[in-house]
Amino acid sequence: MATIPANEGFDAHDHAHDHDHDHKPSFFARWFMSTNHKDIGTLYLIFAIFAGIIGGAVSGIMRAELAEPGIQYLGWWTNFVGGNATDFNQTLHMWNVLITAHGLIMVFFMVMPAIIGGFGNWFVPIMIGAPDMAFPRMNNVSFWLTFVGFCSLMMSAFMPGGTGIGAGTGWTVYAPLSTSGSVGPAVDFAIFSLHLSGAGSILGAINFITTIFNMRAPGMTLHKMPLFVWSVLVTAFLLLLALPVLAAAITMLLTDRNFGTTFFDPAGGGDPVLYQHLFWFFGHPEVYIMILPGFGIISQIISTFSKKPVFGYLGMAYAMVAIGVVGFIVWAHHMYTTGLDVNTKMYFTAATMVIAVPTGIKIFSWIATMWGGSIEFKSPMVWAIGFIFLFTVGGVTGVVLANGGVDDNLHDTYYVVAHFHYVLSLGAVTSLFAGFYYWFPKMSGRMHSEFLSHLQFWIFFVGVNLIFFPMHFLGVQGMPRRYPDYAMAYSYWNKIASIGYVIMAVSIVIFFINILYAFLAGKKAEANYWGEGATTLEWTLSSPPPFHQFETLPVIDDAAHAH
Amino acid sequence: MSLADTARSMGKAFRSYGRTLGIAAALTFGTQALAAAPAAPVDAPVVAASESAAPAAAAAEAAPATATVADKGSYTPMAPTPGKGQPVDKGWTFQDQYSPVGEQGLWMHDVILMPIIVAISIFVLILLVVVAARFNKRANPVASKTSHNTLIEVVWTLVPVLILVVIAVPSIRLLAQQYEPAPKGAVTVKVTGYQWYWGYTYPDNGGFEVISNMLTEEEALKKGEPGHLAVDNRMVVPVGEPIRIQTIGSDVIHAFAVPSLWFKLDAVPGRINEKVLFIKEPGVYYGQCSELCGARHGYMPIAVEALPRDKFEAWVKTQPGGTVGPAAPAVVTPAAAPAAAAPEAAASEAPAA
Repeated sequence: MATIPANEGFDAHDHAHDHDHDHKPSFFARWFMSTNHKDIGTLYLIFAIFAGIIGGAVSGIMRAELAEPGIQYLGWWTNFVGGNATDFNQTLHMWNVLITAHGLIMVFFMVMPAIIGGFGNWFVPIMIGAPDMAFPRMNNVSFWLTFVGFCSLMMSAFMPGGTGIGAGTGWTVYAPLSTSGSVGPAVDFAIFSLHLSGAGSILGAINFITTIFNMRAPGMTLHKMPLFVWSVLVTAFLLLLALPVLAAAITMLLTDRNFGTTFFDPAGGGDPVLYQHLFWFFGHPEVYIMILPGFGIISQIISTFSKKPVFGYLGMAYAMVAIGVVGFIVWAHHMYTTGLDVNTKMYFTAATMVIAVPTGIKIFSWIATMWGGSIEFKSPMVWAIGFIFLFTVGGVTGVVLANGGVDDNLHDTYYVVAHFHYVLSLGAVTSLFAGFYYWFPKMSGRMHSEFLSHLQFWIFFVGVNLIFFPMHFLGVQGMPRRYPDYAMAYSYWNKIASIGYVIMAVSIVIFFINILYAFLAGKKAEANYWGEGATTLEWTLSSPPPFHQFETLPVIDDAAHAH
Repeated sequence: MSLADTARSMGKAFRSYGRTLGIAAALTFGTQALAAAPAAPVDAPVVAASESAAPAAAAAEAAPATATVADKGSYTPMAPTPGKGQPVDKGWTFQDQYSPVGEQGLWMHDVILMPIIVAISIFVLILLVVVAARFNKRANPVASKTSHNTLIEVVWTLVPVLILVVIAVPSIRLLAQQYEPAPKGAVTVKVTGYQWYWGYTYPDNGGFEVISNMLTEEEALKKGEPGHLAVDNRMVVPVGEPIRIQTIGSDVIHAFAVPSLWFKLDAVPGRINEKVLFIKEPGVYYGQCSELCGARHGYMPIAVEALPRDKFEAWVKTQPGGTVGPAAPAVVTPAAAPAAAAPEAAASEAPAA
């Protein structure tokens, strides 16, 4: 994927006119000053894979540490980042640095760049018949802001952060642990990294909204847009509305830390719980930001391999809109134990459960799309079906957690960890792999191995379920989150989870072997290598598409390219 | 708890809806608490713990002569019952519950939520299997073009709504029950979260504070307690009566949580959270800090020991300045200002005792 072969693909379609003379910029200008949505999408994907390796490795350290009770490996890592492992507090602080890094990397530098920056950039313009994004230069800025944000986060791991080296605040960066509780530049750098990547995401959101509203090809009405485009549109609005709130909250953290303000300090009239409200006003839409484009990808794939249009297209589109809207009014279900009053808690319990309705519509519509279809179990389809089931499991535990009275016991336990990994690690990441195998030949011009893709799926499926299903048991038994060590009684399921991690890691190795195979020995990909079910505009272009596509805009007639 | 009792307490809970308890922002109090935080065990909590192997005796001896009660009381730490109030090996269900709220919560989970979510998951799985079997390329070479069916779309919107209503009604009731305020005269325990240990103050009993640190694995095992959960000085409370728990953080946010009592409440600097705890049986109940609070977040467990009234009072008398009986002055909680702690009155108001 690192390089897109110069136009050796087919000129499959007439309207993908003469591009033998694509003027590609020189290497540096092309990849460092890129204004091409496909190149920027590629950069995002490479970046996300790189960040995912780091974030995944961090979780490997965590699972290794948790495999047995006691502290085994943290000391080594404490010394690695320049701390002093003979100080037990520094060693324990290292744990908090790991969980913080894992959360921030996976959310802001793996899932979001891959699913919005990568697939969104690559396929939103193509799917709506546009030559590029509305603001190509800004698109480039978005990427490099994300990149620099990642650098800032990485640097923070080697700086003093209070008790030890690195920012150990959790990805939620709750005050006052993140203010008076963490002296030193590490937390400032971590916060600044969120500023940078957040700014990048806001610019990206503006770009997507403008592109989708203004650059659709003739005939491509909003209600004919592929569902992936719909999902990115809704996501972009969530980003645009939620991220400024995060930016405000973490800016207040910075001024509390450095300039003597007391927004979150009760001694000066502030309130730590205010930070939590602000954070989760962003944080809850954020989880939909991560999963909605996944919904879009799954819709495309299910439809393609069932050889049927998506069932209940309008319901599907507006279910996403509904999820986006309701997502903004349920934030305090992350705060059930902070001392909310009873009426507030009742409201958030009821509102949160409402989300299950549009989510249910999506699940049933996917199944109805397959119903009556002629399903081909190609690799993206297998991943997509896996997604539906895993996301359902993650979704129903969300209904359990929505109940404020039950959450009193489950809050901040491993049950919560299991829940959000089922919807994100197993949901969003599964949709990422599905999308990757769906579009990889389109992007690279080379076919991956279907065998390896299937193999990866089954190993991944076993691995992640072994990791995360036992966490439900740990949670109901009362094991709290963010613990480097635990009571003996919790050791059995922790051991199983750590074994699951090894299995999952094997599947990731297969993933890389598959990419390598594609570039070294993969067949050249045709324009429409998935056949009759693939009806969106990207399948009318060569694989890979020309450097500039749709110099003459495609015209969408009534039914031909609709969803 | 019988079904009738359950219904009664739930009805009571409904009536007390409007009363909002949780948030009592007491800023001045918050700063006081910060200033008053004892500094001793911050640096070497483990060492401190090992030195206090016989905390009761030491505390009793250290008690100054100002104690108003003649007898010095007595206390022997209760031995925990294996499997009670603590996680069990390979456990995969909730811990057994020892509070009315816990029983309600467990019922909500086991009777309402679990069957529904298992049924939904299996239903979706079955649909996927059926679809894969019936509508694969070989079984069904020509795909239908059906893409709309208003009736079924309405059905799969409304049925989930109905299911959610079925969940919501008992869920809201459960919430109301959990927020039932403590009756007048209930014993108050102020729980303060410190980095990284707990302090338990008894304003109705002379205002002494019990500092509670984790025992090392070896010390815990030597005493026959579970490692990583045992503490040197437990939070001792009376059994079978409502206890007013107030939580506050002295430095960062902590959370006071005991899974077997279905109790979790954040300890936030600058505000007092309040909630009723009612323990049905004598015993030792373990919990752990449940809000990330820094390096030793995983090393500040909670142990609640519930004793019959007389033994609780005997324990109180072993504490420095510990007093029992009416008109015990509230020393450190001006916000609470409870009336005299008349034990009989408190016991009689116990919900569903």
